[in-house]
Amino acid sequence: MIRLRLRRRRSPNPLACREFVELVSDYLEGTLPPDVRARVDAHLAECDACTGYLEDVRMIATTLPTIELPETDPATHAALVAAFRDAQRG
Amino acid sequence: MRHDGALRFVARSFVRTESVAEEVVQDTWLAVIRGLHAFEGRSSLRTWIFHILVNRARSRAVREARTVPFSSLEDADGPSVDPSAFDTDGRWAQSPPRLDGDPERHLLSQELRRRLIGAVEELPEGQRAVIALRDLAGLPSEEVCELLGLSQGNQRVLLHRARTRVRAALAPIVVEDA
Repeated sequence: MIRLRLRRRRSPNPLACREFVELVSDYLEGTLPPDVRARVDAHLAECDACTGYLEDVRMIATTLPTIELPETDPATHAALVAAFRDAQRG
Repeated sequence: MRHDGALRFVARSFVRTESVAEEVVQDTWLAVIRGLHAFEGRSSLRTWIFHILVNRARSRAVREARTVPFSSLEDADGPSVDPSAFDTDGRWAQSPPRLDGDPERHLLSQELRRRLIGAVEELPEGQRAVIALRDLAGLPSEEVCELLGLSQGNQRVLLHRARTRVRAALAPIVVEDA
């Protein structure tokens, strides 16, 4: 297994692209601690490749809800509607 | 029945076949119809429906003697991106391909959208269930944690793994098309 070696540097403690890809979801979720978020923001400000990567991951998250999945088949639908009517009467 | 597809997708993370998933979804709708009068509104209706679904899918999985390793972090200890994509400084060796040829539009082509669902279907169960509940069904993270019995941390790792794996699955298609 390859271990990620986090580079420890003193201020300004820049982030490597390799570290950024591990933080991208937490960044989008807004769950990063403020200091880490600031390091990510600083990195994104100067890294087009990671900005593109971030947008791709964001787009996956925003595109999925818009995808039409196959709907219920008509027979099942009809059976459920009938069950619903029965329940209303009961 | 806007959520029907998402329900089937989530059910499929627990049970072996599409037809069993379909049965679980039907059972769920029947339970929803019968139980609607008892719905107390303590959660959103959507969460309540998914709660019924997950319970039913779980019992079905137990009957099928299928283990559902949602608490385990599948493949979670390796890096998200192939280490060879980076140089020794940890920078991208070359910029990764963008999924969207036209980033201004923020919309994937029809073909990529189709492949996107295909990539989600290929995910390990836990990742698939989390991404389906979060991104397909649009449930908030706290509710997904409760439904699947996951800690916030584990849920985030599974979601992260799922999204990055889906992205990695789509990237070669984009390169091919370029």
